[in-house]
Amino acid sequence: MGGAKELLKYGLFAATILLAPYLFSGSYLLNVLVFAGINTLLAVALNLLLGYAGQISLGHAAFFGLGAYASAILTTTYDWNPWTAMAVAALTVGALAFAIGFPVLKLKGHYLAMATLGLGIIIQIVFNEWVDMTDGPSGFSGIPNLTLGPLTFDSDRMNYYLVWIFVLGCVFFSLNLANSRIGRACRAIHDAEVAARVVGVNARLLKVQIFALSAMICALAGSLYAHVMTFIAPSSFGFTVSVELLTMVVIGGLGSIYGSFLGALLLTLLPEFLSVMHDYEIVFYGGLLMVMTIFMPDGLVRVMPALCRRLPSLRRAKEDADA
Amino acid sequence: MELGTQLLQYLLSGLATGAIYALIGIGFSIIYNATGIINFAQGEFVMLGGMVTVFLLKAHHLPLWAAIPLAVLIVTLVGFLFERLAIRPLRKATPISLVIVTIGGSILLRGLAMLIWDKDTHSLPSFSGDDPITVAGATVLPQHLWILGITLVLITLNKWFFSHTISGKAMRACSCNPRAAALVGIDVRRMVLFSFVISAAMGALAGIIVAPLTMTSYDVGGMLGLKGFCAAIIGGMSSGLPTVLGGLILGVLESLGAGLISSGYKDAIAFIILLLILFLRPQGLFGKPESERV
Repeated sequence: MGGAKELLKYGLFAATILLAPYLFSGSYLLNVLVFAGINTLLAVALNLLLGYAGQISLGHAAFFGLGAYASAILTTTYDWNPWTAMAVAALTVGALAFAIGFPVLKLKGHYLAMATLGLGIIIQIVFNEWVDMTDGPSGFSGIPNLTLGPLTFDSDRMNYYLVWIFVLGCVFFSLNLANSRIGRACRAIHDAEVAARVVGVNARLLKVQIFALSAMICALAGSLYAHVMTFIAPSSFGFTVSVELLTMVVIGGLGSIYGSFLGALLLTLLPEFLSVMHDYEIVFYGGLLMVMTIFMPDGLVRVMPALCRRLPSLRRAKEDADA
Repeated sequence: MELGTQLLQYLLSGLATGAIYALIGIGFSIIYNATGIINFAQGEFVMLGGMVTVFLLKAHHLPLWAAIPLAVLIVTLVGFLFERLAIRPLRKATPISLVIVTIGGSILLRGLAMLIWDKDTHSLPSFSGDDPITVAGATVLPQHLWILGITLVLITLNKWFFSHTISGKAMRACSCNPRAAALVGIDVRRMVLFSFVISAAMGALAGIIVAPLTMTSYDVGGMLGLKGFCAAIIGGMSSGLPTVLGGLILGVLESLGAGLISSGYKDAIAFIILLLILFLRPQGLFGKPESERV
């Protein structure tokens, strides 16, 4: 991580997250925040790929689902230790993404979008059709809660800390990654792939590595989701979810880790508190994606400071005009 | 039924669905060739075609012959507005922002359809009855013939438009090189608008002629759109015969796969073909490889 200012920022962020449960009462909000945490993991993962390496994926919900189903099946059907299952799930999904990454990431732009979309749909069809393993469209139930020594993660508060400690670790790791040689190489690929290759960046390998890393984080989020929910169904891992993730990343700002957190938090909280939104949810997501891309392509995180800077000068201009 | 007849049956119904995929695929290709954009909302034009027709029939009691052209007109207008409101205002038109905007548009149109109408599945009456016709032991519905006939007419019109009219030729010029096209006085932006209008109209017609067979609802656009795209990819994003063949191949493979292997995995077939073609022959099944331009 670069410099004291960055560390201070992260420290404040971590302190806010850890103290948040003491600032308000009511387990409903905590429950919602658990899912905001899982969405933050997913959004940060997608942002590493989309915002840093500049490669789009419309199938990330499938990696999320693979992690969830792997954990669910290993712990329930085969009685594995959940933590072992979680690690095995993440590594396997990472390896799988690494292997398919080579042919997939050879594609660019629209083709890449379609290929990842197709991949996501194929995996979701398998979740639905492989009934012996996944229990099909009706969903897989009876997944155990995680335990750690004397602790059982079965209350909202416990789950909050479980999920958000993973988020804090993931954010710390991603911020470091973004400021490392790898992060800079990624941004070089994003801006001009050919130029990056000319100066010696192994663009192809790096893209695949980021893709695999991103898939691993999604799988981890999936495992957590499975243990927190204790029930999963294929519909939680479909195309709509991939689009929601995309919306979170775009709203927060491509290439901003804190932006992804903000995007995930907003898009998880808003639908919960605007109950009228339930019917309008997909209209809302669609409209938001379009408006943000057309009017604020840099995302909230970059627009807000710029607005704050401009406000005083705008006011001054108004006063001058009035006078 | 013996295997031969059964295969013929799958082949016939596969060709009819394949024709639909071909029409949708051509819609994708027309926009792609004029603008370099893959319009993720293409499937929603198809959905709107079917749903608007159903709405005009049921709520306004229009006869079918009046409802169909009116529905095509309405969807064409939607295509026009889509280009004006979503594509044109885009300042940083990178491939990723175009993907995101058209996906946003697709979700928005789907959501609006759900709000304006409902979440139910609707059927459209067949154009000329449901009495099956027997062909060498296999049966086809009149609607299958309508689909094949209308597709044939549309493809011929399309071919004529692109090779014999000034606008069609101008659009082809834009697809070769937009800058050069602008230099010889072609209004590139207008051609982009045109491509959206034509694609919307074709998509709407595809949605209308398939609705009597497969029913329609607010969310049919996603799957149909993706399969149309798959057809276009097999055809190397051509707006002519290769994409038509791509659609027919896809339709027949799907119908054989569903009949002989498993109907649950039917939808996966299209995507496996899509991925294989993208990985192994990104120039399409019939095209020659192109060297990458930097």
